[in-house]
Amino acid sequence: MIRITQRFKPVQRALHWLMAACILAMFFIGVGMVSTIAPKYLPLIATHKWLGSIILVLAVVRLAVRWHYGAPPLPADLPAPMKLAAELSHYVLYFLMIVMPLLGWGMLSAANYPVVLAGGVHLPMLLPQSDSLHTTLWNAHFYLAFLFFAIVLLHLAAALFHALVRHDGVFEAMAPVSRRDS
Amino acid sequence: MSSPNQPPARVALGPLIFIALVVAAIAAAFAYTAGWLSPQRLTPNKVVAAFAPPGGPALGHRRNHVKGICFTGFFEANGAGSGLSEAPMFRTGQYPAIGRFNLATSDIKAADATVRIRGMALQIAAPGGQVWRTAMIDSPFFPVSTPRALYGLVVASGSKEPDAMKTFAGAHPELGHFGAWAQSAPWTGSYAEEPYNSLNSFVFTSATGATSVVRWSFLPATQPVAIPPDELAKQPPDFLEQEITQRIKSGPLHWTLVIHVAESGDKTSDPSQEWPQNRRAVEVGKLTVQDIEPEANGPCRDINFDPTVLPTGMGTSDDPFPAARSSAYRRSYDLRTAEAADYPATASGATP
Repeated sequence: MIRITQRFKPVQRALHWLMAACILAMFFIGVGMVSTIAPKYLPLIATHKWLGSIILVLAVVRLAVRWHYGAPPLPADLPAPMKLAAELSHYVLYFLMIVMPLLGWGMLSAANYPVVLAGGVHLPMLLPQSDSLHTTLWNAHFYLAFLFFAIVLLHLAAALFHALVRHDGVFEAMAPVSRRDS
Repeated sequence: MSSPNQPPARVALGPLIFIALVVAAIAAAFAYTAGWLSPQRLTPNKVVAAFAPPGGPALGHRRNHVKGICFTGFFEANGAGSGLSEAPMFRTGQYPAIGRFNLATSDIKAADATVRIRGMALQIAAPGGQVWRTAMIDSPFFPVSTPRALYGLVVASGSKEPDAMKTFAGAHPELGHFGAWAQSAPWTGSYAEEPYNSLNSFVFTSATGATSVVRWSFLPATQPVAIPPDELAKQPPDFLEQEITQRIKSGPLHWTLVIHVAESGDKTSDPSQEWPQNRRAVEVGKLTVQDIEPEANGPCRDINFDPTVLPTGMGTSDDPFPAARSSAYRRSYDLRTAEAADYPATASGATP
């Protein structure tokens, strides 16, 4: 088993773990808020909006950082299907990190809801009110959210597989702190 | 997480099981959060479904208060509201208003004379993108205390069980108070003659940071004329829309906005409880309705009158209804906009 030793830059690791926490929280807030009529509905939806805006900004920064620094190469002996899955899933993850907040923002605009973040920050309307646009964006936001969650679970399973089964340094490349092992 | 020290050649079953457990635990937590494991949870979908009339909902229409007609006009603030809330539409001036007169029924075929509660939904816009949306009704208090009780009331009133309503009323004594009002309060022949009350309480914050818990009422300038219900029953099924469409031709209609300020000890969380009559009441401005338009292609159609869409200086209180209404109205909006083809914009009136 080939073990890689190159790691992601500290800024990349920091962005990864910060966003991991935000995105995981978003799944739970999103699915929780649409299934309740309790008073917590309002703080949940408010949190979903500002966390979404933060994720959008962080994702753009992260994409630029990734483009600048690149990523450590995968182990040369990683089977081709796993390599392909790794590369494809990362494209999809970056795509969703940027597209999901835009869909949410666009969906609220198309529904003519004022998009107000915590602290009274008004976001501009991305789109004019439109029943058909709202429905399309709503469906995209809804179904892509489940796809996003499934891919994050897959990503987590793969990371643990690298860490616990293959011991190939791929997990350590993104681990928040370097682990002194073996 | 330490991995077991095993020779690399052996199949490491332990780590694989561990990975599967981690993924399954997160997926299970997600399913729990989504309510998939708690069938008794009151979801917006369940609430909106409960409102559907026996023949099913009118596709493309609001899921409750389904019959309605749009109006446009303006709100003229006298400045007195700024002492209570820094909301921009309380500063002296004129602000455009879009609203909707409506009936509290989910049955689009209901005759106007059969619906006890009438409503007004309103949006007042201020420069800079701030809007205030409110949806009010003409009863002085709400039938029940909590959103869950409202759901129970809707289910009981649609139930085929002969004793469903009696059982519900027994468990919710506040309903008797409302029943007495519904029996004794006079009916009128016009949307123009009704007062419209927020019923829910909200928190106002002034520019100095002082907060007050308030409810509000739009009081009609038009003198109400009581008409016996059996007289109204002889009217055409859409007489309220016809009447207001005719009436507006002879001049604009007016309502005075009065803010009622709670004192400590008042029931701010329960819209079925009136506050004492002697509470401070502040007249903050006047609503003028200038034009009436059918909903199908009118300006109110595209607005979800979500009572939690509030400007700076207004917020929700400990009243649980605005959050529940926001959640359910959003569901109704999502459904009706997806069905827009079933309610063509060229149709006139509210009858499909």
